[in-house]
Amino acid sequence: MRNESMAKTDTFPARFMEKLLMGMPLSEYVRTLITPFNVIAAVILSAGIPLIVLRFTRGLAYITHASNEYPWSILLGWGLFSGVPLSATGYIMATAVYIFGFKKYHPLVRLGVLTGFMGYLFAVIYLLIDIGRPWRIYYPMAVSFGPTSVLFLVAWHVALYLTVQLLEFSPAILEWLNSRRVRKWAVMITVAMTVAGVILSTLHQSALGALFLLAPGKVHPLWYSGFLPVFFFISSIYAGFVMVIAVSTVLSRFMRNRADRDFLESLDTLTVGLGKGACVVMFVYFALKLIGVAHDDNWNLLATPYGYWFLVEIFLFVLVPGFVVTRGVKRNCARIVRIGAFYALAGVILNRLNVSLITFNWNVPGHLHHLVPPGKEVVVVLAIATLHIILFRWIVNRMPVLAEHPDYMEEK
Amino acid sequence: MTNSRKRTPAEETPEGSVYGGKEERMEEKKGISRRDCLKALTVVGCTTLAGSAVEAHAYKKFSGWPGRYGMLADTTECVGCRSCEAACNKANRLPKPEVPFDEKSVFEEKRRPTSSAYTVVNRYSIPEKPGTPVYRKVQCNHCNEPACASACPVRAYTKTPEGAVLYNQDLCFGCRYCMVACPFSAPAYDYESALEPRIVKCTMCHERVKQGGIPACAGACPVEAIKFGKREDLVNLARERIRRHPDRYVDHLYGEHEVGGTSWLYLSGVPFDRLDFPSDLPDTPLVEQTKGFLSAVPLVLVLWPAFLGMAYAANRNKEDDQ
Repeated sequence: MRNESMAKTDTFPARFMEKLLMGMPLSEYVRTLITPFNVIAAVILSAGIPLIVLRFTRGLAYITHASNEYPWSILLGWGLFSGVPLSATGYIMATAVYIFGFKKYHPLVRLGVLTGFMGYLFAVIYLLIDIGRPWRIYYPMAVSFGPTSVLFLVAWHVALYLTVQLLEFSPAILEWLNSRRVRKWAVMITVAMTVAGVILSTLHQSALGALFLLAPGKVHPLWYSGFLPVFFFISSIYAGFVMVIAVSTVLSRFMRNRADRDFLESLDTLTVGLGKGACVVMFVYFALKLIGVAHDDNWNLLATPYGYWFLVEIFLFVLVPGFVVTRGVKRNCARIVRIGAFYALAGVILNRLNVSLITFNWNVPGHLHHLVPPGKEVVVVLAIATLHIILFRWIVNRMPVLAEHPDYMEEK
Repeated sequence: MTNSRKRTPAEETPEGSVYGGKEERMEEKKGISRRDCLKALTVVGCTTLAGSAVEAHAYKKFSGWPGRYGMLADTTECVGCRSCEAACNKANRLPKPEVPFDEKSVFEEKRRPTSSAYTVVNRYSIPEKPGTPVYRKVQCNHCNEPACASACPVRAYTKTPEGAVLYNQDLCFGCRYCMVACPFSAPAYDYESALEPRIVKCTMCHERVKQGGIPACAGACPVEAIKFGKREDLVNLARERIRRHPDRYVDHLYGEHEVGGTSWLYLSGVPFDRLDFPSDLPDTPLVEQTKGFLSAVPLVLVLWPAFLGMAYAANRNKEDDQ
């Protein structure tokens, strides 16, 4: 096998170019890039990237609404607080397959790990734009330690987990590069990395909630709870399930040619299976949220405007999607499960925005008018999300994510 | 909210703090909260791992530097002249304000400290007392156990033995978690700065105090509405004033117990929430809210590999049987 490819392209740069251009001549490759999606992406990026540059010449005030009262804006509310639970896919899928032995989900493991890795990578990118002096981002790791801070924990865990996920995904990269020997090493550490991934995920998914424990007077009491870390962790579990359903749905539609038969044929069954896991966790989470209200005896707050909003969140965006997914599972219908999955995802995002933005500083006069982000910030977020999709697509197009690499089948 | 509203002893001698600490711990035992349970579990875990030497320090208590300074602001005396704002601006070499310090129109809106003003004074009209507005000075309160300092992932904040909470911009990377954590929303951030944004807040004129001076605002107040001194003495002074003039003051010394006590203390003739003082704060330092979570971290680190290893082994075992 290796000899054949050596004969075709003998120098390393030539071989590498072939990998990058997916075996097409440059002109043909460029032609394939002109698609409606890419045109829209180009428009968004040409508006967004200059704004990101301007953030580093005119300050954060130029692109965000962030103020002394509201230090964190939609950049973090979306990029970090919503992005990280949606990236729970990596630890959920790897644990299911490698630790608990649900082997039939193997076709979805790499997709889960890649979605997780990319989610964390871009969470860090949002962060680098938001923090004041991004070149000091390693300070908590090397220069000055603040172990009383939950954010110190988050910083360490995100850095470690990003590394762990890169290692977890590395077999796919190494298969793409035909690096058989290194790949063997990378595969050997799978179980250890999976365990490390679960530990780190448990801790920092919950830590993102624990961050707000320090602001009891600021987060609305219905969302502020001693259980915040538990809420964040448990909801990240079902977020992981439904995100895998959502991403696989989109990819099986738009990148069908990159998937192998095994993936496409098993996808409906696996979707229903994931839905089963998701709906159980969603009902558990719903119960926990009620326990949270009972624990702090906040029932009387439910009859206030924020209380109605809380009920909308836990009924319309947790319980109802839970029922939709359950119905799909009962009728063994992947389509209904998928609809429920997208619906549930919206619920996870809504919860994170509620805690980090919508109810944060709820008692500050004129609170709600701060909430609509300025156009520039929306464009920046769209631009980063577009880059996210482009890089994701670039990887799926080249590396064996939705398909087994034919050369490595026997080692499954 | 899960926190019980316990009073920490207001002012303690070194000997007194020992007794205070014990008494408080006895109280805590009455109801074991989840946090205490986690704490206890951690202690058990740590002692098992590291031997009993750890036990002696497990409940180490520090109730603040002895003899630290504080400030007492009497809102019933303040006349809203903004001399403190001007003095602060001059002493800290801050940029010249857009509106001069003798201008009263600034009172038309509620202001807050910004990246160019460590302190501001706001005016509140009280419907029961028409014609006699109440003025409130706002700045960093220099907490006994500052939430900003416990929030900082790079330890850019220091609580000095003199009482001031100081910020070091050479360590800060601009995450702004301190601003999220501060119960008084005191720290301001330089959002306009592209490459060197920093946190800006009152320093309680730390350098002047160390050289034997007093903070600029206290020195500038023409009616002595701001007093500087040992925090312990100020608490006694304020309590004495409340005792002598029950008709003038509400029976609440703001900052004595809030979030574990602050260096700045306030007297008022109207309930403090009418002057926008946060009224829903626990009396324990805010760092207590995250302690339970942080002490669960080592448990997860140690127990998860064991649980997952068991699941893995059980699963392998099942496969072998088949």
